[in-house]
Amino acid sequence: MVNKKHRLTSKQMASFVNEGYLRFDKIIPKKLCDEMFEELEKNPNHRLWLTSGKPFNEIWTDNVIGKIFRLPKVEGIIQSLVGPNPRYDHHFPHRVEPGHFEAQHWHADSIIDTRTEHFDIQLFFFPQDTSREMGGTLILPGSHFRKVQESEISRYHNIVGQLPIICKAGTLFVTHHNIWHCAQPNRSRKLRFMFKLRLNPTIRQINLWNTDDLNDPEIETILMKSQPWMGVEARIEQVLRIKLWRFLTDNPHFDSRYWLTRIENEPTTIFDYQHTGVYENKGNLG
Amino acid sequence: MIKNKTTIPSLRQKILILYSGGSALDSEIVAWSLFDATEREKMTTGDKDVPPYESVFDAMKDGWRVIQISPIQPFLPGKEYSTAYLKFEHVLEKIVSTDG
Repeated sequence: MVNKKHRLTSKQMASFVNEGYLRFDKIIPKKLCDEMFEELEKNPNHRLWLTSGKPFNEIWTDNVIGKIFRLPKVEGIIQSLVGPNPRYDHHFPHRVEPGHFEAQHWHADSIIDTRTEHFDIQLFFFPQDTSREMGGTLILPGSHFRKVQESEISRYHNIVGQLPIICKAGTLFVTHHNIWHCAQPNRSRKLRFMFKLRLNPTIRQINLWNTDDLNDPEIETILMKSQPWMGVEARIEQVLRIKLWRFLTDNPHFDSRYWLTRIENEPTTIFDYQHTGVYENKGNLG
Repeated sequence: MIKNKTTIPSLRQKILILYSGGSALDSEIVAWSLFDATEREKMTTGDKDVPPYESVFDAMKDGWRVIQISPIQPFLPGKEYSTAYLKFEHVLEKIVSTDG
């Protein structure tokens, strides 16, 4: 396990649970970004998937891609979310040529994922300065609990609160596997790359981060913040976040604003009218 | 692609899909899409940050005709705390002439 100073804090984890992503600006040194860009540009073989399911520590042991994802601060992020020995799922260098004016449809990757607790992560790495004109990726914060089938959401064009990724070289976005996203047109004269990597956990995702601040009262505030597109479903989404936080912290009693405690209240104690006392219902009333 | 251009109609449909945050037609818009068969306007993902109207009702006042609203659905047992697609979808149309 990487030193805990490189792992995420509980507040960062709460933000991940809330928005489905974390952002790390300029976390990768420029020199490695330049090496990566050159590598992606000259070597089309990087478009080929490697062996899905292989231990991630056996992937890219001898090139710049491995150097980037094994930086202690990047390992700290990965280990906080999916543990110390994740599996490689797949990767893809998204190459968008200058003057590519087509926007991608909104979609969630893969197929309908019915998991409610465990999750994969996707790392979106931007090796160059990425302006709005160059496109980047558009994501919808908070969409990761939605059970949708891949691009069946392609009817949607714009959603209030959508976030275009505009960033400096070396920026890393780490997302929940289910977040809605789409590539944006490249209206610039520059070739654009975004390198995406998906990893799977191999252990239960419980308290894997630096939990020193686990009892910080700000965590509840972070978890409960709603997105502007959720409308009347905002409270349903809050319940889903409470449930995920319970799982991640191994604390089945965590709650906020009494939402779950109230609806889980199904008393088993029966009032005894004859003796005006109470006794515990053992489940056998005869 | 229309093969026989002599059959191209001069009146075309513009479809505006508005997703609201609640079931009421005057609730706030949370997402939107436009499909314009005149091809004068083309909307794609991420090309606007602000909805064209504050509510479906505002769009109606601007001449859009509502041709579909989402029914209010009961929850499936066991799925009361599950979310998926945007819930309140309203389809509106305008018929637009391609002449002039």
